[in-house]
Amino acid sequence: MTLQLILSVAAALIGVGLFGALSQQSIVMVMMGLELIVNGVMLAGGAAWYFLTPELPDAQMLVVVALVVMAVEMAMGFGATLAIYRARQVDMVDDATELRG
Amino acid sequence: MMLTSLAIVAVILLGLISVAAGVAVFVVDSMAKATFALLVSFLAVAGILLALELTYLAVVTALMMTIEMAIMAVFMIMFMMNPAGLMPMTMVHNARTSAVAGVVVFAVLVLGIWTIDWPARVGSLPADSTRQLGEAIMSSHMLVMLVIGIGLFATIISGTVLATHRGRYDRFGPDLRTAKPNDPVSGGLR
Repeated sequence: MTLQLILSVAAALIGVGLFGALSQQSIVMVMMGLELIVNGVMLAGGAAWYFLTPELPDAQMLVVVALVVMAVEMAMGFGATLAIYRARQVDMVDDATELRG
Repeated sequence: MMLTSLAIVAVILLGLISVAAGVAVFVVDSMAKATFALLVSFLAVAGILLALELTYLAVVTALMMTIEMAIMAVFMIMFMMNPAGLMPMTMVHNARTSAVAGVVVFAVLVLGIWTIDWPARVGSLPADSTRQLGEAIMSSHMLVMLVIGIGLFATIISGTVLATHRGRYDRFGPDLRTAKPNDPVSGGLR
């Protein structure tokens, strides 16, 4: 029961984060949405470890990987944001469409 | 040993706080406030991890996210869309489709969570979850840490490359033999 509750919280975080990542205009706010999604993944990993397989370290490793993903995402996101702003004074996703397929 | 009823109440409260703060991230007008709302969400999740006896991961999450959001606040102020409330404008585009996507993902996940026949817990809690993680990192799951290390190293290099100015290789080509420098504005030093 508690497992389902915690996983539902994680699902809510992922849903809110997805909304933010899709809807925000500012590149840095898109990154906030992505961080919220990873936040939900961390919570789900911790709950899976406690309620399902506490004898195996795999779920803990998943949380560690999520933390690292968050750090890498922030470093690379701000690096790319600053680079594109320095080159063309762009800080909105609508203006950064060079890579559109 | 499962959670005590007090711990369950705390987990539910922290869960509500984390979701409410997560919603606040995209509701508040100021991007600096949004950063601190995100920090509250992270701290609530760290509290839940603490209740789940993942002491090390909870502390790492709390410390890392506090520092990360402190740095992020600086960038948020740099890129603020509505500084001091002087430039009221919409911060979203395509809001309805995005909301539908978010709600659908949430609904599908919740449907799965409450209909799956979850397996019973295998084994019992280790005496020390930190020791379990440390031993996994140093033995059975070392490959994960190796990949993480290479990934972080690649991030350092990419960040440096993105941060550096145009250098002589940008101007004179990879072998430095181009006669005329390739500058966005001509007339620079040879």
